[in-house]
Amino acid sequence: MTIGPPDAPMVTSDSPRPPVARHHRGPSAAPPPPPVPAPGPRPAFAAGPRPTAGPAAPEDEDSADQPRQLRAREIDDVASLVGSALGSLALVWVGYERVFALSGGLGFLICWYLGFLGLYAAVTALSHSRPLVIDRLMGAVVYGAAAVVGLALVTTIAFIFFKGWPALHHLNFYTQDMSGVRPTSPLTQGGILHALVGTVIEVSIAVAIALPLAIATAVYIVEVRGRLANVVRTVVEAMTALPDILAGLFIYTVLIIGFHWEKDGFAVSLSLIVTMVPVVARSAEVVLKVVPSGLREAGAALGASHWQTVRRVVLPTARSGLATSLILGIARVAGETAPLLILSGASTFFNKNPFHNPMNSLPLFIFDGVQSGEKLFVARAYGAAALLITVVLVLFALTRFLARDRETR
Amino acid sequence: MAASVDLTEPVWGPATGAGEGDQPRALDPGLPPSDRVFHGAARAVGLFVLVVIGSIGAFLGYQAIPTFRRYGLSFFTQSQWQPARNIIGISAVLVGTLEVALVALAVGFPLAFLTALFISEYAPARLRSSLVSLIDLMAAVPSIIYGLWGFFLLEPRAIYVARWMSQYLGWLPIFKVNTNPNAAAWAQSQYTASAFIAGLAVSMMVIPLACAVMRGVFAQAPLGEREAAAALGATRWHVIRVVVLPFGKRGIIGGTMLALGRALGETVAVLLIISPAFVVKLRILTVGTITVSSLIAGRFGEATSAQLSALLAAGFVLFLITLGINTVAAVFVGRSRSGSVTEI
Repeated sequence: MTIGPPDAPMVTSDSPRPPVARHHRGPSAAPPPPPVPAPGPRPAFAAGPRPTAGPAAPEDEDSADQPRQLRAREIDDVASLVGSALGSLALVWVGYERVFALSGGLGFLICWYLGFLGLYAAVTALSHSRPLVIDRLMGAVVYGAAAVVGLALVTTIAFIFFKGWPALHHLNFYTQDMSGVRPTSPLTQGGILHALVGTVIEVSIAVAIALPLAIATAVYIVEVRGRLANVVRTVVEAMTALPDILAGLFIYTVLIIGFHWEKDGFAVSLSLIVTMVPVVARSAEVVLKVVPSGLREAGAALGASHWQTVRRVVLPTARSGLATSLILGIARVAGETAPLLILSGASTFFNKNPFHNPMNSLPLFIFDGVQSGEKLFVARAYGAAALLITVVLVLFALTRFLARDRETR
Repeated sequence: MAASVDLTEPVWGPATGAGEGDQPRALDPGLPPSDRVFHGAARAVGLFVLVVIGSIGAFLGYQAIPTFRRYGLSFFTQSQWQPARNIIGISAVLVGTLEVALVALAVGFPLAFLTALFISEYAPARLRSSLVSLIDLMAAVPSIIYGLWGFFLLEPRAIYVARWMSQYLGWLPIFKVNTNPNAAAWAQSQYTASAFIAGLAVSMMVIPLACAVMRGVFAQAPLGEREAAAALGATRWHVIRVVVLPFGKRGIIGGTMLALGRALGETVAVLLIISPAFVVKLRILTVGTITVSSLIAGRFGEATSAQLSALLAAGFVLFLITLGINTVAAVFVGRSRSGSVTEI
């Protein structure tokens, strides 16, 4: 695809003109005044055949091959942006702090942003048309919203690490468990090894069972198809709506109340599987679906069997997408807290057997710590939260790396 | 596949045998044994997942029956949850759930929408994939982390926003608070643990979800149409308005609905922030509310089997609501033009 006809004259980003305004120039119309290389009123395309002769032609040819710069930034853009920002800062500072004597940093920021929007629109309107004013205003709004979201993410992670630091920098935090340690004990005693190991074991079991099931289900839905596959898809899709706590309540009612099972690590894993299979199967299905059918046909045309096509063409093509859906599934269950509240005992001791005795895990440890209100226990909870984020981050980076490695071939 | 092929069409593959030149090639020779195994295995797994997963939904419904029988319609109209006095109803719980979810959506939707636009339209192309991973990362941050963030970092600051809203928008019933917001020593605790603050924390969880869906759809807006608009002299916003948004409309709706479904089921962050109050009230800024999932998380421990059934019934109602919302969302996302054009 190229932008417009190859001989489309250049229009700068600053000079949008509604299409209606362009019809003033037909084939018989007088050429525009030649000496002005005006960036503005030049039409984006000529209505009708271009005049092949006449004084304007050479000039048109000069700019013939220059595409329209969609992202060009000119001094005017930068100046009005910076000027509006500074002007509104000063204005709001005077108005907010001095005239109305309001207080609060958050309110100041909001007023500054609103003032900035107003001033920016006014400055732009001085020299530009309405579409450009709207364009700039929406640009400012979009950037602002993205900044808010980014800020929220950054503050969340920074806050957790900042609060978790007192616990994190003790080595025993990683090597000991909480057995025999009182919540009020200093941070040099006890640690969260038991919760960390519990999380790793529970999530590993869940992934080991849920991943093959989910991928196979997705392959079944997308590749094998059929009426039954549609039913499976409908049900899987429906069960992604299952609130996670209900998965826990289900396992609790069936296994622990019904079969008098222990509250152990495996019960937790089961509830994680219940939440994970639909989520991963659903996203894997979407990923497999966007594999171009031309590739499948090419495989079939080369005489490959269906299984060979799936194994050698479809799955490798979708690898990075599958990795993403898997990692999001893992990240989701690694931080899953709701079923743990029901199924997992908040044990304090180290336990690596998922079939016997309760097993603590990081999310539950965090929850208990925060609920206890005990200052040092809360500090430990923050430490555990920082560790949990780290685990998720590492998993995340790992998948990105694995997916990228294969992509580069 | 049709068995007879019009011979004027090209027939792929070598002709088989000299004497049988007119014999059309069988286009569907049936499955080789390896594929039969593959299909059978895939079908078996699909069936297994269907049975296991489907039985959960059926089980929830089955367990809820005794409760519906016992309390009848009053299960939906009663606001109190006092199993000891045999008074059980979910009207307050449902209203609280909806309030938290709607606050989350009211905050989360604009942010998710604009962030999705930012990533797909405004961000420099080389930053784009990193930003996409960042949003994925945001989705991967465990909900309890957002709960901590909401409870310890956000709440002490958000109460000022809540007071401001009750001062200036208090004439609207939903922003009304029972104390005098203009008092010199204003009752800060009246503004904490509210549906509003819980909704803010939940919005952090729904933003990445909605944003990922919307961005995915925006990114698929056809390049040719974008370029056509740009070639006609449209500004960037104009391109978005005439090409990207009409193309992504259903994706926007679908992503929002998915976010709503997620917001309705959120447990831990809400449980950390709110203080339970079984009252049907619209005043979202005032202390106290309750949601279905936090009710379950808070009450399952002391529940007898009848109460467990009641909790399961409440959960089942929530499940039905989210199921309905997700189904509608799936219809919208599926009908968008996205994905229908996967050319090679």
